[in-house]
Amino acid sequence: MQQLAQQIVSGLALGAVYASLALAIVLIHRTTHVINFAQGEMGMFTTFVAWSLITNHGFSYWAAFATTLAIAFAGGILLERVVIRPVESASPLAVIMVTIALFVVLNGLASWIWSAETRNFPSPFPGVVTVWGVSLSRHEVGAIAVSLVVLALLWAFFRFTRLGLAMRAVAIGPEPSRLLGVRVGWMLALGWGFAAVLSAVSGMMVAPIVFLDPTMMQSVLIYAFAAAVLGGIDSPLGAVVGGFALGVGINLLSTYVDFVTPELELPVAFAVLIGVLLFRPSGLFGRAVVRRV
Amino acid sequence: MPALLELRDVEARYGPVQVLHGISIAVEEGQVVAVLGANGAGKTTTLRAVSGTVRRTGDVLFAGRSVGGRGPDGIARLGIAHVPEGRGIFGELSVRDNLRMGAYTQRDRRAFKTDYARVLEHFRWLEERRDQQAGTLSGGEQQMLALARALLSRPRVLLLDEPSLGLAPIVVKEFFRIVATLNAEEGLTVLVVEQNANLALAASERAYVLEVGRVAVQGSSDELRRHESVRRSYLGY
Repeated sequence: MQQLAQQIVSGLALGAVYASLALAIVLIHRTTHVINFAQGEMGMFTTFVAWSLITNHGFSYWAAFATTLAIAFAGGILLERVVIRPVESASPLAVIMVTIALFVVLNGLASWIWSAETRNFPSPFPGVVTVWGVSLSRHEVGAIAVSLVVLALLWAFFRFTRLGLAMRAVAIGPEPSRLLGVRVGWMLALGWGFAAVLSAVSGMMVAPIVFLDPTMMQSVLIYAFAAAVLGGIDSPLGAVVGGFALGVGINLLSTYVDFVTPELELPVAFAVLIGVLLFRPSGLFGRAVVRRV
Repeated sequence: MPALLELRDVEARYGPVQVLHGISIAVEEGQVVAVLGANGAGKTTTLRAVSGTVRRTGDVLFAGRSVGGRGPDGIARLGIAHVPEGRGIFGELSVRDNLRMGAYTQRDRRAFKTDYARVLEHFRWLEERRDQQAGTLSGGEQQMLALARALLSRPRVLLLDEPSLGLAPIVVKEFFRIVATLNAEEGLTVLVVEQNANLALAASERAYVLEVGRVAVQGSSDELRRHESVRRSYLGY
């Protein structure tokens, strides 16, 4: 019982990390129909920024957290304007190549600035908390809470604000949106800004668990892809549910199924990815839109 | 008084194919002006040249001033609302969110509420369907929604592209009745493109007939209805 509860909570904590990154991937895919391969590296890079703010510039954890999110937001917008915009009207393949280049550049830049050694990243939630007699990692519970708060804020933004509505409209129909006075290019840039914020949250929440180094987000990215596809690549809710389901599912598999060793966890994620693509390409939440002409 | 909307010698092309060969059209404030013509005459392209969704040469003037190099969003913010062919409804959004998008350029929330109440008076049934996914509305309902949405942007000129296309006659009649009411009561200025010449001439004060990208005939709608070749080619009697 103790073990099951612990494994579920660790699964949910990792799931929260996957969910945030998966949602970032979905946000960009919905508007530009492109998979951003650099999404994980954007999270890694901004987590290094947070680390640097804490270790070299004397920021408290939460001040660094907030500053990092602001930097990520601005950085995401800047990337879209400077790197993606020029190839926007090129073929999707060209855009994908650009995101792969971005992956390599961000990775190289991080190693160059901060060196490739592995570092401790602090958690604002140290120690252990006991809930109903089960002792849980405080960081894991905190990571779940922080991710849920960020996801809820984002949901409220899209649901209740004029700008959020315009971003949803642009994802559905850029042309009619333009005719209603929406600056479509800026909406796409905002999408990149929010995706960068989500990757930063994902990176800062996973770093205390896996340690900080330039490769830390690479396996997270694979899980996030699997989660996004599992949920239906265009469904934000699906990405979140997919992320949590994958986190818990894989954790439980590797705990209770003997042949699933930690080395097999990533292949299992791949199996999920391929299985979904084969048998349910629209994912769990990807519903076909009803249309009458 | 200068025209509210004026096209001067507008040309437009899709790649190597030139569609408009120098079109001049004037729409005065408070007028309903129709553009008629066969398929491929350049009617839709004329509207797209105004709203900036096709690249053009020549000038488009709004309230006496050139719209210049503004893109579609900038032109929309000037107060030119384009209801495109195919309506451009956001199928996955609710009816109400589609309407909210109409007022995207209006920052004042209270103004939106009064606008909403005023516009919805013409579309009572929309209020009951406001939580429905817009993509599940019928074609006629979507056309009405597109009109209501455009009205919420407080347009000074409304561009309508083939509103009758694929709709039942009774729906078309209702659509044009609402446009006529808005024109009479609020002085709404309208430039409407229509293949159905009878309908368009009945609804408008002035009309232009396009033939392969040029204005072939123009005049008051009454004149055009009596015009020999217009009658034979477009009215069918």
